[in-house]
Amino acid sequence: MSEIFSASVIISILTSGIRLATPYLYAAIGETFSQRSGVLNLGVEGQMLLGAFVSFYVVFKTENLWLGLLSAIIVGALMGLAMAFVTVNLQAEQGISGIGFYLFGLGMSDLLFKMLLGTVETVKGFSVVPIPILSKIPVIGEIFFNQNVLVYVAFLLVPIAWFVLNKTTLGLNIRSVGENPEAADSVGVSVVKIRYFTIILGGILSGVAGASMSIALLNVFQQNMTSGLGFIAVALVYFGAWRAWGVLAGALLFSMVQAIQLRIQIIDSISLSPDIAVMMPYILTIIVLVASVSRVRAPSALTKPFDRGE
Amino acid sequence: MRSRMNALFDAMLPVFATLAALGVGMIMLLILRVSPLEAYGALWEGAFGSTNAIAETLVKATPLLLVGLGICIAFRANVINIGGEGQMIIGGILATQVGLTFTDAPGWLIIILAMFAGFLGGAIWGGIPGALKAYFNVNEILSTVMMNAIAVQLMNFLLRGPMIDPAQLEKASKIPQTARLAEAFRLPRLVPTRLHLGFLIALVLAILVYILLWRTTLGYRIRAVGQNPDASRYGGIRVRRRIVLALFLSGAFAGLAGAIQVYGVNYRMITDGSASGFTGAAGFNGIVAALFGQLHPIGTIPASIFFGALLVGANKMQRVVQIPSALITALNGLVVVFVVSSEIWRKKRQRQRLALARQAESEDDDVSPSAPELYPPAEEASES
Repeated sequence: MSEIFSASVIISILTSGIRLATPYLYAAIGETFSQRSGVLNLGVEGQMLLGAFVSFYVVFKTENLWLGLLSAIIVGALMGLAMAFVTVNLQAEQGISGIGFYLFGLGMSDLLFKMLLGTVETVKGFSVVPIPILSKIPVIGEIFFNQNVLVYVAFLLVPIAWFVLNKTTLGLNIRSVGENPEAADSVGVSVVKIRYFTIILGGILSGVAGASMSIALLNVFQQNMTSGLGFIAVALVYFGAWRAWGVLAGALLFSMVQAIQLRIQIIDSISLSPDIAVMMPYILTIIVLVASVSRVRAPSALTKPFDRGE
Repeated sequence: MRSRMNALFDAMLPVFATLAALGVGMIMLLILRVSPLEAYGALWEGAFGSTNAIAETLVKATPLLLVGLGICIAFRANVINIGGEGQMIIGGILATQVGLTFTDAPGWLIIILAMFAGFLGGAIWGGIPGALKAYFNVNEILSTVMMNAIAVQLMNFLLRGPMIDPAQLEKASKIPQTARLAEAFRLPRLVPTRLHLGFLIALVLAILVYILLWRTTLGYRIRAVGQNPDASRYGGIRVRRRIVLALFLSGAFAGLAGAIQVYGVNYRMITDGSASGFTGAAGFNGIVAALFGQLHPIGTIPASIFFGALLVGANKMQRVVQIPSALITALNGLVVVFVVSSEIWRKKRQRQRLALARQAESEDDDVSPSAPELYPPAEEASES
């Protein structure tokens, strides 16, 4: 047992925990925006898978990481645009259409993978960029300031999202559209525009979340590589009570459990089946949902399409 | 006459939606430089080209129909069950365990017990998210997705450890699968193909679910809770219990699908590590079939056969024109999106009809001026 608790092991668990939080953060912050405006986007997983594949493929072909990232952004935005049209203009049931988009992304990414690559390849993804001075701080430097660019941006997104949602007119409009779209509409806020904006933003961030896995975290693409991570990200928004800092706490909780679980798997002295260990984050999600939903209230207009009655 | 035309139009909406999805698929095939005619031709050939092909289509349709029946119940109660995959797995595991435990019992008894075990396993796996929704207000979409992931890991754990075929333990390969079920326990074949009794069971259950939903008080309550929970509560219906029951039953049908998959097709449980390795993604595609069948048990029958055909045909398409069958997963996703999007036309027409009816009513009001005006007729009529 002492093996787990040595300082170097703890530091390495924390370091990988921070890194593993990246896809959760992108996807869940994006979802926070769309849910705050009253739209439940359940297609996150599908957007992530397509973003993961497209960025991986572009990097594999061009070896240009930024081009890969850009392609994930474009794919995510397009998926978001389609989702926005379906949920805002056509007022489709959000939960079910989201599952449809998930299936589309799942099938499409697999189809493209088999047609264009065929076998599992690897790329040289985003490498670690130590931040000058800060990375030299003992312990903390290694854990927080010795990561790749996508990790830094993911964590920067949290205060930015908090600021935008709470301190800007845009954020006020997003929140009012999610709470009372009729009232927002009557004072001249365009419900349609706001929701298009948040859903497309959510799509972009989901695409980047996928890219953060395929060209930064793992540097491979495999069929269904997200394996439910996108759905966990949606659950994290509930856990975080629709607030950026709450989402951060949830993402860290998950990624740390995951990091510990990965570490336990390689220690022989603990005979825990890896299958049971992988189960833990999902059980945790359910517990977390039970614990969180009773204490906070969702945006009033969540999942409700807006109809001006014209 | 007019109302019949309307009903026909509403019933045709999913068909239009599917044609639209197949149209998108055609564009995708053209981009991939494959002749759509050849690809869809192979699809048709693979699904209906021979007696065997038709039998395979019906075999594939069986779990879709069973899961779809459960979806009809849940969605009618306004509860969204995405947990079909996990419920099928748990149903399959429990049913398999029955057949592996009592090896000497008569076949018919084991089959009945195993079907019941599958039914119960799925029911429990669906009932948990149901209770969490009813009593803790936990979003059932998320909890059922999590239950899927837990079920997959549980299956992998059991098939690699406690339930593994003893013969595999001695081999180096250690394939994660259970021992084969005794031959007496297999579901009887209907014709000299792979078509088995499970398909007939599913058909009978479709009729029973129809009777349950539209001819019993329980079914009326389930639908009432789905349409208006507040009014149902005032009407004395215990809303929470109906929500749990809806997910319980919904899971039960998926669990039965898992049991039938084992006793009718595979004769053992085997895992490739993923859920779809066992379920063939029927837990998701059953949702597609139920939506396509307008959430009506009888409508779900042809819908399941249609999607069964797509899945079987996809394999042939993969062989003939080298298009991965993942294309069909993507197209199924599009069908879902298009079907739920097309709902808006139905709603619009409904509103128009309502407005027309009100207009006619308000004209009656002119005859008797003393009648109180409940709503301003002029505004309502201008809505359309």
